[in-house]
Amino acid sequence: MSLLDYFRSNKKNSANTAKERLQIIVAHERRKRNSPDYLPQLERDILEVIRKYVDISPEQIAVSLEKRDDELSVLELNVTFPEDKR
Amino acid sequence: MAKIIVVTSGKGGVGKTTSSAAIGTGLALKGHKTVIIDFDIGLRNLDLIMGCERRVVYDFVNVINGEANLKQTLIKDKRTDNLFILPASQTRDKDALTKDGVERVLNELAKDFDFILCDSPAGIEAGAMMALYFADEAVVVTNPEVSSVRDSDRILGMLSSKSRRAEQGLDAIKEHLLLTRYNPERVEKGEMLSVDDVKEILSIDLLGVIPESQAVLNASNSGQPVILDAESDAGQAYLDTVDRLLGEKVPFRFLTVEKKGLLKRIFGG
Repeated sequence: MSLLDYFRSNKKNSANTAKERLQIIVAHERRKRNSPDYLPQLERDILEVIRKYVDISPEQIAVSLEKRDDELSVLELNVTFPEDKR
Repeated sequence: MAKIIVVTSGKGGVGKTTSSAAIGTGLALKGHKTVIIDFDIGLRNLDLIMGCERRVVYDFVNVINGEANLKQTLIKDKRTDNLFILPASQTRDKDALTKDGVERVLNELAKDFDFILCDSPAGIEAGAMMALYFADEAVVVTNPEVSSVRDSDRILGMLSSKSRRAEQGLDAIKEHLLLTRYNPERVEKGEMLSVDDVKEILSIDLLGVIPESQAVLNASNSGQPVILDAESDAGQAYLDTVDRLLGEKVPFRFLTVEKKGLLKRIFGG
């Protein structure tokens, strides 16, 4: 790292980085907090079923339960398939 | 009817006890009969911050177990009228606080006091849960720093699900943000989260901003709540905070860097 880089990196606004990181993790944790206890197990089970057919890793699956109003909850399942194994 | 306020944070070392001592003293100064309860069983410290460590005879757990009554146990503050301290026990028994026991003591205090301030221990263990369980309002003490903000958010989750008000379906606990150790200089340089950043992330009402201040250590060194140091920036910020807690509209101070005059810049100071 050159001397110039050193000064440049110092100028980077670390407060903004902190804010972005916090917004993401806090939103994630709030979602988890408001979701039912069975959701993690449901996610693992779905992962196992899909894995019987396609080799995916746990990061490629996202399950969330969103409460729209008192009557309606939507279970959203997002699976990213690997490009070549489709 | 007494108002029960928990001073909580999740993370340790952010200023819960300093804030409890300052706010409790401030409420008493305003003429409200106030008791501050130290919920940090095993790690009693409120007595030191309040400067009454040598006057502790009985403690919170003694009262719960019926080994002493409240009158024997409450320590009357020597500087401020209307102010009492209920010290924590030094026992290592984590389960010394029972829900029934705490409720009994709170009910008895409620007959006599306007404000009951619960100084919560750090963490999310039994002691912290007990401190927030009966609360009507919560002061969430937060530093402008990632781990503190995240822990505060977790505590907000507990307040809205694990409290008596939540369990009994009553009105939610009124949540207030108290930002401490704020350094406007570093905020301006982009090195520290700003008030607005923290407010936006936690999305709760701002009760006060306490600047990072030498006065806080000086105060705790001498066992004097920093709010009594009315000359200091931190003391004044706590006075404002108490006014807001009592419903007054007070402008926020100490949010920006104080511009130094030419003479000050040349000669320092």
